[in-house]
Amino acid sequence: MINQINLTIPLTTSGKGYIHCFLWVFLMAVFIPFDLVGQKPKVLEVREGEQIKKAIEKAQPGDTIVVYPGIYREHEIIVQKSLTLIGIDFPVVDSEENGDIFLIAANSTTVTGFELINTGHSNLNDHSAIKVFDSNHLRVENNRILNSFFGIHISNSKNITIRDCFLEAYELSSQRTGNGIHLWKSDTALIANNFIAGHRDGIYLEFATEVETSHNIVEKNNRYGLHFMFSHDNSYYHNEFRNNDAGVAVMYTRNVVMEYNLFEDNLGSGSYGVLLKDISNSTIRYNRIVNNSIGIYMDGSNNNTFEHNLFRRNGYAIKLLASNDGNYLGKNNFIGNTFDISTSGMIITNELHKNYWDKYEGYDLDRDGYGDVPFRPINMYSTIVERIPSAIILWRSFMITLLDRAERVIPAITPENMKDEKPKMRPHDIDFKLE
Amino acid sequence: MIKLLKYSLYNILRTKFTLLYTAFLLLATFSIYNLDPDLAKVSLSLLNVVLLVVPLICIIFGTVHFYNSYEFMELMLSQPINRSTVFISQYLAVGLSLCLAFVIGVGIPMILYGADLALLVLLAVGVMLSLIFTGLAFLASVLTRDKAKAIGITLLFWVYFSLIYDGLILYLIYVFYDYPLEHATLAMVMLNPVDLARIIMLMQLDISALMGFTGAFFQDFYGSMKGNLISFGVLLIWILIPFYFSRRVFLKKDI
Repeated sequence: MINQINLTIPLTTSGKGYIHCFLWVFLMAVFIPFDLVGQKPKVLEVREGEQIKKAIEKAQPGDTIVVYPGIYREHEIIVQKSLTLIGIDFPVVDSEENGDIFLIAANSTTVTGFELINTGHSNLNDHSAIKVFDSNHLRVENNRILNSFFGIHISNSKNITIRDCFLEAYELSSQRTGNGIHLWKSDTALIANNFIAGHRDGIYLEFATEVETSHNIVEKNNRYGLHFMFSHDNSYYHNEFRNNDAGVAVMYTRNVVMEYNLFEDNLGSGSYGVLLKDISNSTIRYNRIVNNSIGIYMDGSNNNTFEHNLFRRNGYAIKLLASNDGNYLGKNNFIGNTFDISTSGMIITNELHKNYWDKYEGYDLDRDGYGDVPFRPINMYSTIVERIPSAIILWRSFMITLLDRAERVIPAITPENMKDEKPKMRPHDIDFKLE
Repeated sequence: MIKLLKYSLYNILRTKFTLLYTAFLLLATFSIYNLDPDLAKVSLSLLNVVLLVVPLICIIFGTVHFYNSYEFMELMLSQPINRSTVFISQYLAVGLSLCLAFVIGVGIPMILYGADLALLVLLAVGVMLSLIFTGLAFLASVLTRDKAKAIGITLLFWVYFSLIYDGLILYLIYVFYDYPLEHATLAMVMLNPVDLARIIMLMQLDISALMGFTGAFFQDFYGSMKGNLISFGVLLIWILIPFYFSRRVFLKKDI
């Protein structure tokens, strides 16, 4: 039986999110009058020396619990009714390596303003600062989660808002770190304005659909900054993924929108700005992909659109395996990359159109801003290096430059039709909407 | 020795060749800076100048100057002056003037437009290559009395170090690509100053592309402090070797 309904509504701005919200408001309008016949919601206060657990036991669904500053040595605080938990000036809840801190299995719960620390490590139990099961309309806002195994772990839930949280873990080995924000089998979520560092995967989504991820800063995680699988119809805006051990890897998903993100400083042999494995029908636009060993690595990805992106100072801007089909790369800027594109096969069914390549040396007689001769972005030597890695030692030598020139005029070992028919003469003026 | 050096430097200045060389470098560097203000691209374009043009100019000018000052040297040797002093002052005069021309030609635009670490390393590498190829020019000159033959030898040096040697490495890499070649290539690079200079610059410019296993290996060696010291040390040895041998030949030579 529903006793009380918390008036906080998760606001997601993705299309379906709105519909959910409207439905929710509509349902409230219908049911609230009958429901308010019960008792009024109370505010319970917890001060240092008292226990949050006790307050939760006492509380009725719909109550608010205000926790005052102090250190609370508690773990496994189980929330099974709709409550609003508010921390004033970041009260510290210290699990002392004993495991989960908040365990939530209730609809319409809010956790805000806490500092949650020291969950301890367990690969068996996935110790988390906030663990959520089967809960709808959850809000986790403005919390600090330090030295936790998993940060926020959510499964089988709907309408979730996670914003303004600061998550940092200090373990160095990836075996002893969990994910920062972990969503499993959930839908309609907003993950915004969080800072995540030092975890295994910064943001991990599996079977999570209709998720909007925006304005997060994810850096120095031990594995991927962002990692998702089977998470369709999600969007990612204005996030910064920087210096994560293996960059960003996204797999087995369709209808992804990635815009205005920054993928930076992911250096190492297994590190990628963005790794796309079986991603289809997705849009990747207005992103800045800067200083990665491999900017974008694509495998088995079809019908994606890459537009208005900046590829700058990457080892390989794009590694396009032959298993990709029907991708469109247009109006991107390729500046200062060692190799612009490399590929494994000879048959290319991906389209390059109107990109700016700083290595282009053609001319523009009709002055339309686009070069008159096509540009072949595949460097012959990158193909050789692909086969014989030691050959990198000769890169930028006079002889290699000569061979490369010859190859560009008459392609012999690079795919003939991998070319941009209308390369731009000057860089595109791309508005990345930087504040 | 100082007096001799002074006269030799004065001689070189009178030919106006170094002034022309300085002007060329200035013009080239200014235009490279104006073409693209991105420092990484500036270093890349300058790298080609340093690896190709600087050795060529140094080696040709060194040889031509040696033969032009043949009479001067003969005159000096008829005086009670140590042979070694005559040779060293000649070498230093040519080497220093070429280095100075390079430092001014590339350095002034750097001061005006700004430079990063990569460009400063490039400057150092350029100076070292200038000295190495001056030494090679002197070596070619003392090996033969015929000026045309000497220029032929110097050109051969240049083509060998900037083209043929890389071809040999590429061939070896192709033939033996089943084997771990990292250490071998590391050693082979040490045997060519142009390659060594290029690798030093590669470590500054293409770090992100060098992250595969092989790249990581080179990065590990050349990117470290130890590797840097070793590679600059080897360049130093490369300056000394042709200098030492040409001096030895010159001392025993019947001028």
